Amino acid sequence: MPAYLDNAATTPMRPEAVEAMLPFLTERFGNPSGSHATARDAKKAIEEAREVVAAGLGARPHEVVFTGSGTEADNLAVLGAHTAAGGRVVCSAVEHHAVLHATQAVGGVTAPVGGDGVVDLDRLAALLGPDVTVVSVMLANNEVGTIQPLASVAALVREQSPRALLHTDAVQAFPWVDVAELAAGADLVAISGHKFGGPKGVGALVVREGATVRPVIHGGGQERDLRSGTHNVAGIAALAAAVQATVDGRAADVARVGALRDRLADGLLAAVPDTVETGDRSRKIAGNCHVSFGGVESEALLVLLDGAGIAASAGSACTSGAMEASHVLVAMGVPADRALGSLRLSLGPTTTAADVDLALAAVPAAVARLRGS
Amino acid sequence: MARALVAMSGGVDSSVAAALMIDAGHDVVGVTMKLWAGPSDSGCCSVADVEDARRVAQQLGIDHWVFNFSDRFDADVVAPYVAAHAAGRTPNPCVECNRHLKFDRLLQRAEQLDFDVVVTGHHARTGLDPATGRWQLRRGIDAAKDQSYVVAVLDQSRLAKVRFPVGEITKAEVRAIATERGLRTAAKPDSQDVCFISATGGRRAFLEPRIDLHAGRVVDATGAAVGSVDAVELVTVGQRRGLSSGGGPARYAIDVDPATATVIVGSMADLLTDRVALLSVTWVDGPVTGAVLAQTSAHGRPIVATVDDELVVTFAEPQRRVAPGQAVVLYRGDAVLGGGIAR
Repeated sequence: MPAYLDNAATTPMRPEAVEAMLPFLTERFGNPSGSHATARDAKKAIEEAREVVAAGLGARPHEVVFTGSGTEADNLAVLGAHTAAGGRVVCSAVEHHAVLHATQAVGGVTAPVGGDGVVDLDRLAALLGPDVTVVSVMLANNEVGTIQPLASVAALVREQSPRALLHTDAVQAFPWVDVAELAAGADLVAISGHKFGGPKGVGALVVREGATVRPVIHGGGQERDLRSGTHNVAGIAALAAAVQATVDGRAADVARVGALRDRLADGLLAAVPDTVETGDRSRKIAGNCHVSFGGVESEALLVLLDGAGIAASAGSACTSGAMEASHVLVAMGVPADRALGSLRLSLGPTTTAADVDLALAAVPAAVARLRGS
Repeated sequence: MARALVAMSGGVDSSVAAALMIDAGHDVVGVTMKLWAGPSDSGCCSVADVEDARRVAQQLGIDHWVFNFSDRFDADVVAPYVAAHAAGRTPNPCVECNRHLKFDRLLQRAEQLDFDVVVTGHHARTGLDPATGRWQLRRGIDAAKDQSYVVAVLDQSRLAKVRFPVGEITKAEVRAIATERGLRTAAKPDSQDVCFISATGGRRAFLEPRIDLHAGRVVDATGAAVGSVDAVELVTVGQRRGLSSGGGPARYAIDVDPATATVIVGSMADLLTDRVALLSVTWVDGPVTGAVLAQTSAHGRPIVATVDDELVVTFAEPQRRVAPGQAVVLYRGDAVLGGGIAR
């Protein structure tokens, strides 16, 4: 049996989500923007979904904006808030490209992180000021899994940049932590359906009441004029089902998968000489195992693991599919030769003990082979 | 059966190289090397080319990987290219890419992953001489498309691990095979020029942000100033364009000296020489002296010459001077003896 250990890239869909979307791919095909019965039926599904997602994110229903992806939600947050207020944008140096590149597109700057991947609050404070209008700090990192102290960030932003909206990319955090609680201090919160058992091509952004953002996509004025385009009704219904299933199962998943992750990470550290775990495990989401092997190139390692039936990842792949030097590891000060040999094994609710067993057999063997030992 | 790693650029030749290896019964995986990380319009490494390569691999039913060797490409191809121009030389980056990337870095990676051979879409032929047990490198069957000049960086140990299946057929046959199999790249134009140099900006646009370009004097053999150029570093020995004043006899660059920002020009007779000294020679099967055919540019005709043990090539008839940095490849018949760089 192959082992799928790339849940940070995407997750298999939850049965609840598949079931929830099917009616909207067949008989319930209406466009929710219309006024007749077929349209109203679809509109009802959107609003039911909005309530579920709002509850899962600690927001009120009218604060939830459905988008076409997590990336789009991040862009709407950063660019939409910047368009509304002008001023300066600051994000952490370890943001996903959806936030990082949007920030750079409007001339924003990045706040450094420490060796553990946690944003350096003193250095963030030095970048803040009354002219800062958008601050974006992710809730959990996609590569190394570090959870950011968002409440502390929020307090700092309120004090130093009272006009600013605080955005958090909760795409990777949502499967593992109570976003409603941890992101309570954020004005904008982004999630992506396919990272927690929903379908690809749907995301959501919480825009708290009082926070002003302008649309990035213009058109028919759907989603309170913030995101035009006919609703992906099936995707939105499935997103909501996945939100519900994730929230319901989260505590049990964190306990079970966290134990598997610990066994995996400890096993690799014990079995493979010259292995370093990236970051501080106590500050990571339960599904993330990120290590680096000295004297090994991830590109070659991933090929061998693929051959052994293990789906894993390293750094981030660019559009061509080539592995690129990770800006996250660079920001954390990981030496280049170690970053070159990094491996991310990301677990999810469907990960089994057998998957971990396979990885614990295959990874040390592949590393040994590449080291020629 | 061999385990074959096919370097697929996203062009038709390497697409068909993969197909031919599959047909021959080998266990084939495709790989595209990401080499140039900067902007490009002619690019061997653009996203569209990677996607073409990936799609062809899908069509052929083989795995496809992407290896990012851009650091090595920067260090071993781009940086020396820039430095050579700064020194007034005219480098051939495609030869260096073959030397350092395709037939070194990729070969190492292939060995690490237990492949027996690396395959590319070059129009050249390799073969084991049954009489001697030694590997040969020869021109491709299609004389008009022959690329033995750019792969003359292979010695016995590398030839044992490299295959060029499309060198055995013509370009027309390559396209026919691609068309017959419905490969996405069947009608794709051949790549031109250097992958990291844009057609619109040329060498100047690439070099300008990387080195200081110096305006220079153009002088004749007596040292008398006869003109000027706005960038000495962009002048190639043998170049005529931009060096002749209206009406007079044609003038050619005979020597380029960035240290004094001087281009020395002369007549065609001054440009002719009977020799070129070589550096960095890779011999296919050990050093050769005596009668050879020398090819001094990618599509140049072979010139009757001799080579001595000091790596000096002497032409039977005077030839246009070879720009320092250009590859010079020595043949006997259609067999490559070795390749080097003009001193």
